Amino acid sequence: MIFEKVKERISDILGVDADEVTMESSFMDDLGADSLDVVELIMALEEEFEIEIPDEEAEKIQTVGDVVEYIKEHTDM
Amino acid sequence: MKKRVVVTGLGVITSLGKDVELFWNSLIEGKSGIDVIERFDTSELGIKIAAEIKDFQPENYFDKKEARRMDRNTQYGLAAALMALKDANIDLEKINKDRLGVILGCGVGGIETFEDQMSVLIEKGPKRVSPFFIPMMIANMAAGQIAMSIGARAINETVVTACASGTNAIGDAYNAILRGEADVIITGGTEASITPLAISGFSSMKALSTNNENPKKASRPFDKNRDGFVMGEGSGILILEELEHALKRNAKIYAEVVGYGTSCDAYHMTAPDPEGSGAALAMKKAIEDAKILPEDVDYINAHGTSTGLNDKLETKAIKAVFKENAYNVAISSTKSMTGHLLGAAGGVEGVVIALAIKNNIIPPTINLEENDEECDLYYVPNKAVEKVVNYAMSNSFGFGGHNAVILMKKYE
Repeated sequence: MIFEKVKERISDILGVDADEVTMESSFMDDLGADSLDVVELIMALEEEFEIEIPDEEAEKIQTVGDVVEYIKEHTDM
Repeated sequence: MKKRVVVTGLGVITSLGKDVELFWNSLIEGKSGIDVIERFDTSELGIKIAAEIKDFQPENYFDKKEARRMDRNTQYGLAAALMALKDANIDLEKINKDRLGVILGCGVGGIETFEDQMSVLIEKGPKRVSPFFIPMMIANMAAGQIAMSIGARAINETVVTACASGTNAIGDAYNAILRGEADVIITGGTEASITPLAISGFSSMKALSTNNENPKKASRPFDKNRDGFVMGEGSGILILEELEHALKRNAKIYAEVVGYGTSCDAYHMTAPDPEGSGAALAMKKAIEDAKILPEDVDYINAHGTSTGLNDKLETKAIKAVFKENAYNVAISSTKSMTGHLLGAAGGVEGVVIALAIKNNIIPPTINLEENDEECDLYYVPNKAVEKVVNYAMSNSFGFGGHNAVILMKKYE
C-alpha cells in the first residue's frame, strides 16, 4: 500500500516507469535522480503521508526501501 | 582581415506560429496573434488579453522530466534554439563545442515559477518551497539549459536590459564572434511573463492596452487611438556564425550582421527621454558601426510598442537620425501582430529583419487606421510590401533607458 503510493510519486517526479521502481532501487544510481530531485520527492512524500522527515534522516535515504520503511515506522498505515 | 558574422539559422516559438515558415507567413498576411487570456482566471484583472501561446507541447521538444524542471521561458528558449540549430544544419557531432556559445536576452525570467512558489510559501510554509524554485526562476537558466542539452561549452551569458535584452544579446554575440571568442553563437531572447502578477504590474503602470473587447485591434503602433502595449510571450533565436566557418560547411546564409549600437537615456526609470535622443544615439552608432549612411537603410523594424510615448518619441528619434530621408525609409512594428515579447522581442524581431532581407518582403504594421500627426512617417500600414531590402535594422528600447539597435545586410 505504502509502496504503491510511493512508487506513483516517484514515477511522477522522476519521470520513470512505475514498473521500474522496486524496493531495492537506488534513487541516484538506478532512477536517475539528482540531489534536488530527492529533496523534491521527500517533500512530496511528507505532504502525502503527513509526516516530517528531519534533514538528518533524509540524508540517510538512498533507496526506495529506505523511504518506505521510514514511512511505515512513522505512520499508522 | 576583420572577421564577418552571418545568420545561418532561425527558430521561433510565438503566438503566430511555432515554426519559422508559419510565423513569417502570418506576419506578411497581417494576422494578429493576440486573443483573450486562457491560461488563468482574469476576472479580477483589468487586462484580459495577451498574445498567448496556446498549444505548446514541451514533450515535442524534450522529455517530460526535463520539462518539469524548466520554467516556461526556458522551455520556449530551448525549443526555439533546437529549431534554429536544425535550421542551420549544424552537425553537433562534428562542430567544435568549445567554440559554440549561447548569449540570450531575458527581461523577467521565471516569474511563473516565482508566483507558484510564493503561493506555496504563503499557503504551506517555507518547508514546502521547491528545491527547483531558484534554478527554475533565475533569468539565465534558459542559456544554461540550452548549453547543457547540446554541450555548448564556449561563452554563455544572459543579458537583462528589459525590452532591449534580445537585441543586446544579438549585438553581444556579434561582438563575441568578431573578437574570436566563438565560431557559432546561439542568440536571441526568450520570455514568458503572461502571469497574473506581471500583467497586474504592467497594468498599474498604465502601460497595457485595455482594449479587452477587441483583442486583435488592441496593439496598434503609431495609430492615433493606440492605448498601450499587449503582452506577448515566446522566443526568437538566431544562429550567428563566423563567415569562414559557415562557408566551410556550406551553410545557407540569411543575412550578415554588420552593425550594433547601444546607449542609455540616463533619464527616467520607465519614461523615454522626451527628445528621443538616447534612441537616436543607438541608431546612429549602429549605422556608423556598419560604415553606411542612414539613407542606405531600407527597413526599420521599430520598437513600436503601441504606447503613446514610445511611438511618438521613436518617430522623433528616427527623424533626428535620418533627417529628410526619414520619410522614405520603410518602418514597421511587428508588435502589432506578435504583441510585445519584452526580453524576447529583440530576438523575434532579429528573426524578422533577417527574413525581410532574405525574402525582400517587409511585414506591415497592422491596425494603423487613423494618422497621428506626431507619427507621420511611412509605417507600411496594414499590408506587406515587396521591396529589395539590402539593409535592415531592428530597434529595441527597455525600461531603465536601455537602447539597442542591430543592423543586418544582404549577404554577398
